[in-house]
Amino acid sequence: MSSNDDKPITARRFMEELRRYQRGSVTRRHFLGVTGLGAAMAVLGSAVPALKPRAAYAFGDLGDTLAFTTWPNYFNQKNIDDFTALTGVNVQISVFGSNEEMLAKLQAGGTGWDVFVPTNYTISTYNKLGLIDALDTAKLPNYDPASQESRFTGEATIDGKLYAVPKDWGTTGYVINTEKVTGDMTSWKQFWDRTMDDLSGRVMVHDYQLTTIGNALKYFGYSFNSVDPGELKQAEDLLIKAKPHLFAINSDYQPSMRNGDAWMSVCWTGDASQLHRDIPAMRYVLGSEGGEIWTDFYAIPKDAPHKEAAYVFVNFMLDPFVNAREVQAHGYPSTDSKTNALLPDKILNDPILYPAKDLLSKLEFGAAATLTDPLRAEIMARFKSA
Amino acid sequence: MTAATRSRIGTAAMVAPAALFFIVLLVLPLVVVLVYSFGLRAPAGGYQPGFTLDNYLNLPARAAAFLNTITLAPLGTLVTVLIAYPLAYFLAVKVSPRWRTLLLVLVIVPFWASQLLRIYAWMMILGNRGIPSLLFAAGLGDIRLLNTPFAVLLGMVYGYLPLMVFPIYVSLEKLDRRLLEASADLGASPFRTFLQVTLPLSLPGVATGSMLVFILLMGEFIIPAFLGGGKVFFIGNALVDLFLQSRNWPFGAAVSVALVAIMLVVIVIYMRFILGRSGTRRMVLS
Repeated sequence: MSSNDDKPITARRFMEELRRYQRGSVTRRHFLGVTGLGAAMAVLGSAVPALKPRAAYAFGDLGDTLAFTTWPNYFNQKNIDDFTALTGVNVQISVFGSNEEMLAKLQAGGTGWDVFVPTNYTISTYNKLGLIDALDTAKLPNYDPASQESRFTGEATIDGKLYAVPKDWGTTGYVINTEKVTGDMTSWKQFWDRTMDDLSGRVMVHDYQLTTIGNALKYFGYSFNSVDPGELKQAEDLLIKAKPHLFAINSDYQPSMRNGDAWMSVCWTGDASQLHRDIPAMRYVLGSEGGEIWTDFYAIPKDAPHKEAAYVFVNFMLDPFVNAREVQAHGYPSTDSKTNALLPDKILNDPILYPAKDLLSKLEFGAAATLTDPLRAEIMARFKSA
Repeated sequence: MTAATRSRIGTAAMVAPAALFFIVLLVLPLVVVLVYSFGLRAPAGGYQPGFTLDNYLNLPARAAAFLNTITLAPLGTLVTVLIAYPLAYFLAVKVSPRWRTLLLVLVIVPFWASQLLRIYAWMMILGNRGIPSLLFAAGLGDIRLLNTPFAVLLGMVYGYLPLMVFPIYVSLEKLDRRLLEASADLGASPFRTFLQVTLPLSLPGVATGSMLVFILLMGEFIIPAFLGGGKVFFIGNALVDLFLQSRNWPFGAAVSVALVAIMLVVIVIYMRFILGRSGTRRMVLS
C-alpha cells in the first residue's frame, strides 16, 4: 500500500488513465488523483472546492504558522506540504503518546496548539473542563454529517452542538511477527499467557492505561472500560506478574517490531497496516474476547492562537481527496463515505482496516470515566514503577 | 546617615537583584510544590486545594522507583568517575598541548547532537541487530542488552561523561608540576606520587564532577524511559507519569519533595566531608 501519489506518472500510464477517463470507466476524481493532476490543482486551489472562494481574498490573514498536535505515524506529509503551498501557513507538528498527556498539557494551559486530535472518549471531558468550544460548522463545508458513519461520530456532539469532527477510526488489537510467533493466536488470553511463557522478553504493551489495563481486563473477560475495583485488582495482578516478561512498555512499538527486538505488541490499526505493508510476516490480531474500537477527531482548543487557520486546516483535511491520501499513508480507515469512494478496493477490503463483523461487534468504545478514573491512572503508574 | 548605614544600604542594593532572583526562581516554586503536596487530586486530574497527608503516606507505592534511583544514580556516578579520571588524566598530563585542544573538543562533540538522538542510536546499538547479534555470532548465546539496568547504566555513563571529565581535567591541569618534582626528589615512586600528590589534589575536581553528575542522574528520566524500555523506572519517570498521565499533581508534588529531601541530605554530607577536607588542604598549600 505504498502511496504513489507523490511520484510522477509515466507518459504511458497517463494516456491509459486518460482513455479510461474518456470512456467513463473512472471518475474525474480518480483520474485527477492517479495522474497527479489533482495534487497540482490542489496547489492552485481549485481541487479543493471549499477553499476556492477563500483563495482569492482570505488566505492573507491566516498567520504564517499552525500548531498541529497529533499521534505518531498519523499523517501524510504530502497533504501538509500542499496545505502550506496553498495557504502559506507552515504546520508545526508535535506528537503525543496518550490522551492523558494531551489533556494534562491543555489543562496546564499555554500550549499554543491550534488543532489537536483527541479520541472519542475524551471529548466530553474537554467540553466539561471548558478546553474546547463548539465548532462553527459554517467554516467547515467539507464536513457533511450525511456522509459520516454515525456510530463513529456520536461522541463529538454534546447537547446538540458539534465539538469535533472525525479524522478516522480504528481498533486496538495486537500485532505478531509470524516468523517468530507460531501457533494460531486469536485471543487476549493467549496474548498474556504466551507473554509469560515462550514469548517472554519479546512482548510490548502501550504506555497507555486505556489499552494496557483494558486488554488485561479482557484476559478475564471483563469490560475494556471497567472501573470496578475488584476487576481492576485482578488486572493489576496480571500486569505485575507479566511485567518481568515484557520487552518494553512503550507506545512507539514500530521500531522494536521492525528490528526484531519485539515479536508481539499491543497495536493500533494503522501501525498494523504500516508494519504489514513493509513486512508481510506481521499479522494483526483482534482478541476474540473483544477490546477497543475508537474514533479520533480534529478539535480546536478554546485558546488556539490561529483559529482561522485552524478551521481552514481542518476543512482542508476533510476534503475527500485529501482525506483519501491520508488513509493511504497512515492506514487508518475513514469515517466518511465520500472518502471511501476514492479509495482503491485493496484498502477497502483490507481485513486489518475492516475486521470481520463477529470480531468487530464485540469491541467497545472507550468510556469517559476511564480517562478521569484515579484508580486506573494509579494502577498504570504502579505497574510501571513495580 | 552614618557611613556604616550608608554602606549597609549599598550592600543591600547590591544583593537585592540576586536575592530577588533566588526567591522568585528557587524559593517560590519550591513553596508551591510544598503546598501542592498536601493538596487533593481534582476529579478530572490536576490540583484541588485541601490538606491531607495521604500523598506522603502513599510514597511507598513508588518504592521501586526510589530504590532504582538511589542505587543506579550513585553507581552511575561511580562508574563515570572510574572512566572519566583516566581520560582526564590522559588529557591533562600525557597528551601534548598540540593534540590536547582537538581531543577536548572531541569530548564535547557528542553534546552537539540532541541527547534524544544519541539515545536512539544506543537503542540501535544495544538492540537485537546491534551488539547482541555480534555476541550471538561469536557463540555467546542470545544475550539481551536493551531495556535492562545495564543499558540504563551505560546510557547514563555515556550521557554524562563529559560533565565528569572537565572538572577533573581542570583540577589536574592546574596542578603545580613542582610538587611532582619535589615528590620525586624525596624518593617517591611515580605511583606513590600519584597516590599521595596528584590524586588528593584532584579530588576537588572529582567531587565537583560527581556532584554535577549525581544531581542530574537523580532527576534523569529520558535514559531510563528509552534504554530501560519503561521497565527500569526512576523517580523522574514516576514524576512524568504523575503529572502527565495520572494527572495527580499533589502526589507528584509529594514525590518531588521526597526527592529534594534526599538530595539535601546528600549535599549536606558532601559539604561536610569533601568540601571541608579539600578546603583545609588548599589552605595548607597556599
